[in-house]
Amino acid sequence: MTRLPARRPEATAPVAGRPDRWAKLDLKVSPYVYVAPFFVVFAVVGLFPLLYTGYVSLFDWRLGDDTAKFLGAGNYGELLADPQFWNALLNTVSIFLLSSVPQVVVAVAVAALLNTNLRLRTGFRMGVLVPYVASLVAVGIIFGNLFGVNYGLVNSLLEFVGIGRIDWQADRLASHIAIATMVNWRWTGYNALIVLAAMQAIPPEMNEAAMIDGAGPWRRFTSITLPMLRPTIIFVVITSTIGGLQIFTEPKLFSAMPGSDTGGSTGQFQTVTLYLYQSAFDNQRLGYASAIAWVLFLVIVIAAVGNYFITRRLAR
Amino acid sequence: MTRRPGFLVYGLLVAFVLGSAFPIYWSFLVPSHGNDILTDKVPPLLPGGNFFSNAQQVLDTIPFWHALLNSVIVSGSVALSVVIFSTLAGFAFAKLAFRGSNVLFVLVVLTMAVPTQLGIIPLYMAMADFGWAGHLQAVIVPNLVSAFGVFWMRQYLADAVPSELIEAARSDGCSMIRVFWHVAVPAARPAAAMLGLFTFMQSWNDFLWPLIALDQNNPTIQLALEQLQAGYYVNYALVLAGTTLATIPIFLLFVAVGRQLVAGIMQGAVKG
Repeated sequence: MTRLPARRPEATAPVAGRPDRWAKLDLKVSPYVYVAPFFVVFAVVGLFPLLYTGYVSLFDWRLGDDTAKFLGAGNYGELLADPQFWNALLNTVSIFLLSSVPQVVVAVAVAALLNTNLRLRTGFRMGVLVPYVASLVAVGIIFGNLFGVNYGLVNSLLEFVGIGRIDWQADRLASHIAIATMVNWRWTGYNALIVLAAMQAIPPEMNEAAMIDGAGPWRRFTSITLPMLRPTIIFVVITSTIGGLQIFTEPKLFSAMPGSDTGGSTGQFQTVTLYLYQSAFDNQRLGYASAIAWVLFLVIVIAAVGNYFITRRLAR
Repeated sequence: MTRRPGFLVYGLLVAFVLGSAFPIYWSFLVPSHGNDILTDKVPPLLPGGNFFSNAQQVLDTIPFWHALLNSVIVSGSVALSVVIFSTLAGFAFAKLAFRGSNVLFVLVVLTMAVPTQLGIIPLYMAMADFGWAGHLQAVIVPNLVSAFGVFWMRQYLADAVPSELIEAARSDGCSMIRVFWHVAVPAARPAAAMLGLFTFMQSWNDFLWPLIALDQNNPTIQLALEQLQAGYYVNYALVLAGTTLATIPIFLLFVAVGRQLVAGIMQGAVKG
């Protein structure tokens, strides 16, 4: 108020003190008005449903039935003794590991390649981002075709090089690899760009100094680049944990019987979210599905925190 | 760093980009020939002439244009709403002093990590109660705000808007909302465009919630594709023609704004 005192006197001259009070109120209240929509909407469509899921999970709540029976921890007891749940959890973790580990390693490698003085720099950057643009459902369908048992291109290639056909659908590990391949294909380039940005933020003097000290390219990469990338790698790992443990679309579309939610004939690639969906909307057990949601939530929190510490140690 | 890299770097990168593009190209190649190339020992690598007849069959099988319009409406309104609310909140967090702002901002950051997808069951129950199930508002309303968006706009506006400018406008008698409109909004434009683009694409690809909230008569493009695939015998020439048709609009968008998308991802990485 003191910076530009008498520039527009007609505007600052208060009419009986009222505009001044209005300005004060405006100053005080406006920030809350601006942040309120986010918090209100988030509370209603994000936080409340999550908490209410906990409430529903205490009941034997059927789809389209208003007389839910209170079970207490009953659904959780059943869940912990449910082999299908453990199978789904194991599948989810397996697919997650098969997708996240190679993804981070390859993303760092691609970022290192992109972090050179390339011709057509923007072209290459856009090129690695192409899979990110493809829609998830399309990706699921395309890879379902590529990994087809009888007529899939992948098996044709494998046969051509003498390895022989693999049943990507029926075999448990093979189906996990196929699904992880979709995830990796889609996200590696995207993550490479994130890592590339972090690489470019490393001050060039650090590399120059190391070069003068006689450090070769590999030594510079492991002693300077990797440690400097640590926060970014932690960020990438944690975001891929939160997304990876909720994986749904890829296994749902990979099924040989499209439209089914079983994740293969014996549930060999059913993930937790797919089981949640099946429990709620095929078996119509909303309470049980809610218990699955809450347990998955806990698993995600534990995995994210665990990942944080592991990545911190590894990338030291 | 000033030396041009050797053939090895280019070779590896070209291989990676080709690998990235191949599955999409394949989904065009199959319908351009027909199902018989799936049994070929060595499939042709150049497209044939059957794409349009397969595409026509897609249009006859599923409500393609209806689904496309639905997706545009849903993704467009979600993107618009996220941009507006994020810019408002981001401006307040970046530039306005108010009690509790730090605590509230920490809350925003924490909510970024909350997997809201796990709240689908109560959301479904609510939509059924409201009679919204099957209608587009059922997929729009739950996505009206984004914690990431607020975070993103705050980080951007903190640097983009000089505090002196706000003070000057205030002392000239500008109300807060006019400051927002005439100072913050013009400065926020690049970041807002980026946020809108990302939100649009994310919403465009959303599958789990639309699958629950909508039905076959009123699908988004992703649901329509899934419908096309459902069935015991999958006619891949038809289904892949559908994925190609659905990819074309988003691919055109990518050609137009891919450069900004790359910049946006890299910018978000440094700041986030």
